Amino acid sequence: MTATTDLDVREGVDRETVETVQNMGSYKYGWDTEIEMEYAPKGVNEDIVRLISEKNNEPEWMTEWRLAAYRRWVTMTEPKWAMLNYPEIDYQDQYYYARPKSMEVKPKSLDEVDPKLLATYDKLGIPLREQMILAGVEGAEAAPAEGRKVAVDAVFDSVSVGTTFKDELAKAGVIFCSISEAIREHPELVKKYLGSVVPQSDNYFATLNSAVFSDGSFVYIPEGVRCPMELSTYFRINAENTGQFERTLIIADKGSYVSYLEGCTAPKRDTNQLHAAVVEIVILEDAEVKYSTVQNWFPGDEDGKGGIYNFVTKRADCRGDRAKVMWTQVETGSAITWKYPSCILRGNESQGEFYSIAIANNFQQADTGTKMIHLGKNTRSRIVSKGISAGQAQNTYRGLVTMHPRATNSRNYTQCDSLLIGDKCGAHTVPYIEVKNTSSRVEHEATTSKVDDDQLFYCRSRGMDEEEAVALVVNGFCREVLQALPMEFAMEAQSLVAISLEGSVG
Amino acid sequence: MLKINNLHVKLEEEDKQILKGLSLEVPAGQVHAIMGPNGSGKSTLSYVLSGRDGYEVTEGEATLDGASLLDMEPEERAAAGLFLAFQYPVEIPGVGNMTFLRTAVNAQRKARGEAELSSGEFLKAVRAKAAELQISPDMLKRPVNVGFSGGEKKRNEILQMAMLEPRMCIMDETDSGLDVDAMRLVSDGVNALRDAGRSFLVITHYQRLLNHIQPDVVHIMANGRIVKSGGPELALEVEENGYGDLLAEAG
Repeated sequence: MTATTDLDVREGVDRETVETVQNMGSYKYGWDTEIEMEYAPKGVNEDIVRLISEKNNEPEWMTEWRLAAYRRWVTMTEPKWAMLNYPEIDYQDQYYYARPKSMEVKPKSLDEVDPKLLATYDKLGIPLREQMILAGVEGAEAAPAEGRKVAVDAVFDSVSVGTTFKDELAKAGVIFCSISEAIREHPELVKKYLGSVVPQSDNYFATLNSAVFSDGSFVYIPEGVRCPMELSTYFRINAENTGQFERTLIIADKGSYVSYLEGCTAPKRDTNQLHAAVVEIVILEDAEVKYSTVQNWFPGDEDGKGGIYNFVTKRADCRGDRAKVMWTQVETGSAITWKYPSCILRGNESQGEFYSIAIANNFQQADTGTKMIHLGKNTRSRIVSKGISAGQAQNTYRGLVTMHPRATNSRNYTQCDSLLIGDKCGAHTVPYIEVKNTSSRVEHEATTSKVDDDQLFYCRSRGMDEEEAVALVVNGFCREVLQALPMEFAMEAQSLVAISLEGSVG
Repeated sequence: MLKINNLHVKLEEEDKQILKGLSLEVPAGQVHAIMGPNGSGKSTLSYVLSGRDGYEVTEGEATLDGASLLDMEPEERAAAGLFLAFQYPVEIPGVGNMTFLRTAVNAQRKARGEAELSSGEFLKAVRAKAAELQISPDMLKRPVNVGFSGGEKKRNEILQMAMLEPRMCIMDETDSGLDVDAMRLVSDGVNALRDAGRSFLVITHYQRLLNHIQPDVVHIMANGRIVKSGGPELALEVEENGYGDLLAEAG
């Protein structure tokens, strides 16, 4: 009966997808929450950096760390090597700090929480019980959970508004909190690891983030602990003309395990909004981290107006032997995506995996991929990338696999598939491969295909309409990656795949 | 049930006429067979009726219970009760057979304003029907037609037919590539579906299939038209003597 149950569950997932697609508009998250905001003045300079630091009640060392990054940033220039076309960004025309006024004082009961903020959680699909916990309602933790437990940290514009299941996690020794709280409460961990994977000087966008990040999530899993639940962060940009610069730091100590989910949404805007996040993951001996992202920032409208500019630096450092990391990403949103979640395979026998679905429709442009940097002996990496282009979109896979001289007997396998819908879009594959020893092996396979008319006709002759047929065929194309996602995310991701392709046929 | 009147069809891309005034009527509850030499337009007829792109109807009409089929999208024809069992069933990698079936069943039910089947109802129905056709649970889980043998693909088409419960079933050379046992399974599946409200149009090269699925009427098709119609004995005549005499007779 086990196999049957599994089948039933998968069935349910697929069914839900089709239903969701049928019931949804083209961008489900396109509402905007009118909450009174507190802004810092537009633009970025040393005073703004100090102000952000001060608003977060940061210690002096943190302020200095930010200022050092800022001073570095002003000497840098924006990278232009990606296959992306967008107008010059005026970095002084952005707000670098915004937060809901009601967050000035942390709410103590549901009555004190801005009801509009609660409505926001509701629209984000955060379960009611977790909403209560986020809002700090007493006794909420004791209420029975619906389904599997997921601890949530919600970041609304620049500020982390609350984290659920804190006490339960604390019992296991897990620290899951906003990074601003971690800076105050766990300075020894932050000092030791912040910037150790993505240095302040790493790249233009990461350096800007180092100077102005306002919040984000912090995770520490102690030695030998298997995190008792999935951890999740919801990011939402709400205020207009506001850049969101969140910073995530995850540390998996020896022999520990954690699965981390990240979801992103933003309202529809005519103007472009800037998003430059940094995620650093440190993985020590025998530890394992799974990091899954469903990126659904507003992609711009059918004419290419508006949408998020998403410049993200994500990197995992497998510092210890046999450390393991798995990145899974479903990139459906953003007008511009510039993102290469990477694995530094430093420890011997460490492993890195990267599973990606990148969908670009209308005028979206995506330049995304990964870097597998093999430094240790007997290291393994696997890349499975599925790129889907529709409308007039351009989709580029850019990946680097490098085998250093010391990384003997290491292996990489890369599979890169592109699917084209229509005749005005583009798919590009740019693999960089460097092998500096003689005992390692690198394999690269790539395919490019068009959505097959015979497949669509077959589906339609069985009663599915054209959009349903495309959604089904494309979900099949992505199956390998969708299966790498935790179940909760797999459902959302499948619906997103379908929604992102609406209007791409016919 | 199905009425085809003076149907003329050419290829969209080139100036090639394939159907040249084909007329045919299949009343409710009957099984009609179409036989004919290669290139006579049999598969084109099945594709045009089910709405595949690439063909242009220049004259004539086709109706299902009085409703004009040719104006409908393929999915609308399906919801109206038309089903085509493909000669070459299409592979859809990554899409589970069960998912495909269920999406199709519910899409049709929805189009007809009926309630969708619940997970339990669907599984119960599909398992029972799969068992009759000796389709293993593993085959239900595997991606649609991917890695299926010829016989498995054809049985899978009949499973879809059984689940979708169409009123007008067109079978395009369903017997091609089947061994004796598989042909019996497929035929039993089809015979189980025969009833007063359901009609079949069976396109085949060989009389053998018609021993298993007894037709009411046999049509001989050549050069884009029906040249002769008769009872089951017509199929035996073809088997015996080939198409030569019949075609000469029709001019």
